[in-house]
Amino acid sequence: MRRSTIAAAALALAAATGTAVAQNEQFIPANGYWVGPYAPGGSGFFGGIIDYFQLLNERDGGINGVKLTWEKCETEYRNDRGVECYERSKKKGPTGATVIHPLSTGITYSLIDKATADHIPIISMGYGRADAADGRVFPYVFPLVTTYWSQADAMIKFIGQREGGMDKLKGKKIVLIYHDSAYGKEPHAVLEKLASQLGYQLTMIAVPHPGNEQQSQWLQVRQIRPDWVILWGWGVMNPTAIKAAAKIGFPRNKMVGVWWSGAEEDVIPAGSAAKGYISSGFNLPGTNFPVMQEILKYVYKKGKGEMDDKSRIGSIYHTRGVVAGIITAEAIRIAQTHFNKKGKPITGEEMRWGIENLNIDDKRLKELGAVGLMPTLRVSCMDHEGSGLVKFQEWDGAKWKPITDWIAADKKLIRPMMEASAAQYAKEKGITPRDCSREK
Amino acid sequence: MLYREAGQFKSSYAEDQQIFPIRQDRIAMGVLLAVAFVVLPLAGNEYWLSAILTPLLIFALAALGLNILTGYAGQLSLGTAAFMAVGAFMAYNFVLRMPWLGILPSFILAGLCAAAVGVVFGLPSLRIKGFYLAVATLACQFFVLWAIQRIGWFTNYSSSGVITAQQVVILGVPFDTPARKYLFTLTVVALMALAAKNLMRSETGRAFMAVRDMDVAASVIGIPMMKTKLLAFAISSFYCGVAGALHAFAYLGTVEPEAYSLELSFNILFMIVIGGAGSILGSFLGAAFITLFPIFLNLASDWLQNVTGIEIQHAVVSNLRVIIFGALIIFFLIVEPLGLARLWQITKEKLRLWPFPH
Repeated sequence: MRRSTIAAAALALAAATGTAVAQNEQFIPANGYWVGPYAPGGSGFFGGIIDYFQLLNERDGGINGVKLTWEKCETEYRNDRGVECYERSKKKGPTGATVIHPLSTGITYSLIDKATADHIPIISMGYGRADAADGRVFPYVFPLVTTYWSQADAMIKFIGQREGGMDKLKGKKIVLIYHDSAYGKEPHAVLEKLASQLGYQLTMIAVPHPGNEQQSQWLQVRQIRPDWVILWGWGVMNPTAIKAAAKIGFPRNKMVGVWWSGAEEDVIPAGSAAKGYISSGFNLPGTNFPVMQEILKYVYKKGKGEMDDKSRIGSIYHTRGVVAGIITAEAIRIAQTHFNKKGKPITGEEMRWGIENLNIDDKRLKELGAVGLMPTLRVSCMDHEGSGLVKFQEWDGAKWKPITDWIAADKKLIRPMMEASAAQYAKEKGITPRDCSREK
Repeated sequence: MLYREAGQFKSSYAEDQQIFPIRQDRIAMGVLLAVAFVVLPLAGNEYWLSAILTPLLIFALAALGLNILTGYAGQLSLGTAAFMAVGAFMAYNFVLRMPWLGILPSFILAGLCAAAVGVVFGLPSLRIKGFYLAVATLACQFFVLWAIQRIGWFTNYSSSGVITAQQVVILGVPFDTPARKYLFTLTVVALMALAAKNLMRSETGRAFMAVRDMDVAASVIGIPMMKTKLLAFAISSFYCGVAGALHAFAYLGTVEPEAYSLELSFNILFMIVIGGAGSILGSFLGAAFITLFPIFLNLASDWLQNVTGIEIQHAVVSNLRVIIFGALIIFFLIVEPLGLARLWQITKEKLRLWPFPH
């Protein structure tokens, strides 16, 4: 049991890692994944976020003169590695980690307690715990733009639209094919509740990680003969599902994917089988948006871009990363103004205020050059989701084509569920919810 | 020169049979324990305590559990992560449903539940051996995860199938900071490692080893096969179960069943392959190697980048880890099947003769 040598080596390592940092920098960890079955999502998203930070540094010299810095840490989409990366990154930079984008529902769950204790906000944009939208119980967690529960509701709304009215859903058969993880189980409660209200028959079929084997699941789909299939997949599971649907002859235009099943990387490997496949999204692809043009001009022309494969610039995951970058930078900006720290780095606590008071309206979107790239966003102490808007898009064989306007989730249905779930969490953990009327 | 036992006389059986018969070893162990219990928590580098040392100890405990079964009793198992999952989820349920019980009894009960599952899935070991037994324990891995994911009771009907471990409070002292969690883990692991060390030197341990070396011969000399094999499964699963409970309560805090995947089982198996099968020390060395090495690679690539300015892609580093692990496992299996622990032992033997080898 001689661990002394190892412990000594460990301490030596720790001592050597502490490097000097300049004071006028804002550090944001890039704890993502560039390998493994989910690498397309991780590399695209973090490529986008870093490209946007790089744009701010190159074009504006940072945010009010504060340069943004980041450091990559490979989590491999695994919870324990995610926690290790978090612990490693949280003290870096002059004020520690400003904000964490875990880009994994599992890692988000693992970090909620730790980040709350450390006063580091978590932005789980479009993933993570849906009930964290109740900011009274989860002050440091922001499932921004839209949560899985809003997503599930919007999907049923979309299916209702396609069927010609919500009352037409009665007696229809809907199958949910989901990734067997915390992520895949998030929509269950909402879909079940809606099933009891609207009268459709819901069957939920699990696909084990990583999802490259789905024959038995689709055999079951063939037996059920559903009217619609909702695909709640991730990574390699998505093209496999689309190909399996084609094999049993299930029409792809009756398949609706969640936003993690709706990127180029999910449909291109499925080839022609993916034509007509529908998915939702909260950001649009493309390089025509002014902000994307600026990124091309200021970042890629100088050879400082993150994406090695240039064809992926402007892909869904990449622009989603840019959206995350915009949200992060905007929150830093307003926190700097509010706390009178223009030109100085802010702390995680100040960042939390910044995110909670985000208000990205149409006017601001226009200034940012991101009109249409993302929905408007208004966060508050009560509502950590801020938008809840979703768009649906269809793959035409070459690119994603939006087919609806922004669809809002039914907050009257979702919000009480979120509050009840958050209240239960608060009770279990002994948290006294904040009084939002006292927040300034 | 320094490391030799000349002049250390033993005048009783107790002295002769102690765990560390050589005084230098005892001193080194004492220093190590003092460093682990006092210096490290006081030095208090939060990152090292919470992200490296705590998981290292937990995985060492799990590897120790597997080592009892595979290294000492010779029964190959691929269900380690499943036993950990049983421990984690049952500890959560005991604390949730019987809060008056307290944390430590809950942990023990969770370990016993894991032991029960271990015994059930150990039954095939009475008939099948080696590779085939590994396949049977593989069934345990899949069945346990399936049950936890499908039966709502285990996760207290959480919609996402995720549990959040309760706070560890013992005698009114909350173990909430990284240093305290580390100390809690260290205490449990140290006590259990000591128990394992003694158990393996007892009659039970010798029976395990006899079964491992040749089970027909063992049964001929009167070692009851069923009792010994099932006991090995039970003890091993108990250790893994407690490791799982610690993993949930002292390390991750929030766990989903997927955390205990087959990959984790393999990782723990690699720990004992690299660390050394049939050695308590080997479990710790292997766990240290497997948990520290990827972090070391990650940091090394950063330094290299700072020093030379050559950017090493993240993907390359991660893939490098897999390549190096694979190569090392083959290397150890061929060159030193008894792993790092054996290398350490050889070093000690050499050290005794140094500097005048004869």
